Amino acid sequence: MTTFFDEVQEIRKRYPAGARSATLPALRLAQEKHGWLSREAIEETADALEVTPAFCYSVASFYDMFHLEPVGRHTIEICTNLPCALCGAQKVVEAFESALGISAGETTADGEVTLRAVECLGGCGYATVVAVDHRYRQNVKAEDAAEIVEGLDA
Amino acid sequence: MPEQKVLLAGTDKHDLTKLAEYQAIGGYGKGLERARAMTSEELIDELQRATLRGRGGAGFPMGRKASLIDRKSSKPKYLVVNADESEPGAFKDRQVMAEVPHRLIEGCLIAAHAIESTSVFIYIRGEYLTEYEILQGAVDEARAAGLFGGVEITVHRGAGAYICGEETALLESLEGKRGQPRPRPPFPPIQGLYYAPTQINNVCTIATVPTILTIGAEEFAKTGVPSSPGTAIFSISGNVVRPGNYELPLGTPMRELIYEHAGGIANGRELKAVIPGGSSVPALTPDQIDVPLDYDSLGAIGTFFGAASLIVVDDRCCMVQLALRSTKFYAHESCGKCTPCRVGTRWMVQILESIENGTATRADLDLLDSVGDNILGKVLCALGEFAVYPVASYLHKWRDEFVAHVEQGGCPFHGSSSLEGILAPSDQHAHAEVLV
Repeated sequence: MTTFFDEVQEIRKRYPAGARSATLPALRLAQEKHGWLSREAIEETADALEVTPAFCYSVASFYDMFHLEPVGRHTIEICTNLPCALCGAQKVVEAFESALGISAGETTADGEVTLRAVECLGGCGYATVVAVDHRYRQNVKAEDAAEIVEGLDA
Repeated sequence: MPEQKVLLAGTDKHDLTKLAEYQAIGGYGKGLERARAMTSEELIDELQRATLRGRGGAGFPMGRKASLIDRKSSKPKYLVVNADESEPGAFKDRQVMAEVPHRLIEGCLIAAHAIESTSVFIYIRGEYLTEYEILQGAVDEARAAGLFGGVEITVHRGAGAYICGEETALLESLEGKRGQPRPRPPFPPIQGLYYAPTQINNVCTIATVPTILTIGAEEFAKTGVPSSPGTAIFSISGNVVRPGNYELPLGTPMRELIYEHAGGIANGRELKAVIPGGSSVPALTPDQIDVPLDYDSLGAIGTFFGAASLIVVDDRCCMVQLALRSTKFYAHESCGKCTPCRVGTRWMVQILESIENGTATRADLDLLDSVGDNILGKVLCALGEFAVYPVASYLHKWRDEFVAHVEQGGCPFHGSSSLEGILAPSDQHAHAEVLV
């Protein structure tokens, strides 16, 4: 069985010797394994990359897609930047808040779903864009929220 | 003018994510062969004669950029493709990667040959998962078919940071660090990735290159306008009937894109503003939309071609709310390296909030201008300017609306603006436990 350490060494080979370019891919891999970048995940990544945990933490804390606190098994991310906002993204956010019983930025009490309002996802012509477990749903309307929530794997 | 597909040519009838179908329409054919038969100098000369201007935003001629590469350096030369499309309003690179990935890859092979590089990195924004899978699949298929000719292409995923679309921040991120811009000089053609000579181009720029080599620079330059040849994919979003991507010759009148291709303003509303290059550029008023869509024409009326991404705003929108939502984005994405941008964008948010909620005075309108002036030109990269340009344009062109907020002690839209209540993104790092 390939270990996390071995997988990171494979990633490092894509870049010149001595480069730290594997940092982002390794952090992503650690997050996939642990669900979020816990202290253990950061330390494991640092060990595989032969850098300090502080370096890994400093990098991870810069990027929006790295989670430094636990998130739900599912994520629902709604674009609320200008083009989507002009087409009613706020109503979509409110519909998801109502369907999940939480506010944007929160995780359901059972730890299943995290709801986030996010910046531009790059689907402006197909507003509102909602990333459900990182897959885009486009032209989402407020009335679609309940169905999307029900469609999440149990 | 009808749509004219160059970048997206063939997508109507073929699944161009498949190598065989792309080759069937001439892909990896005459253009690549012609390029490989040329010396580096000849190829750069051909690209310079095409006057292909960078589609990422700055509009710097791609061939001239290639000519600046320090080819005498003993270090490896790198080609980096900026696929970190994050500008609000832009969604064209995404379509290119999803529908014509091989055209981008072929462009990489040609552009790498021009700068004598054997190492190409495509930095794709982390959120584009499906597009990454398609692009990585196409890279693997083309490599397996032996088309790379000694070049290696690595697709590298970002992790969610607008600033990484800035070229030196992108290089830092690609080197595994926080994506914060570098001071210049040295410029990337001299010292870029791993401190080696590096050429950085946008997806659409590189994906145009195979066509230039196939039909020749002179033929390519017949489309568009002399100062900006070729076609561009225009992303149009906001309050129009048919938002989407339209590939048109440069120089097409903005009015034609909005009213013919995109079907005009949706829901029978009136046009109020157009932000022509993505959310970072000064907005235009309805009387300015007869401008031809090219770099110099938009520059002449005080705005930018930018990312060829038009955000159309109808009369339901409060311009103070528009400024507030825009500024919250730039404040969120400010990398924190330069104080004027880090502090100034947050200060702008506070002033705009006080205008919107009716607690501001007229002096605050001047203060907003002053804070902006103290960001412009005092930061390492363009993000600070991107925060200020749009807001300054809203404040000056729709000044009556800002004054009305102050005089009426609140928003004159009384809760009916299309942006009412719009959230800022949830900052997931705000409460994170700090490692001790």
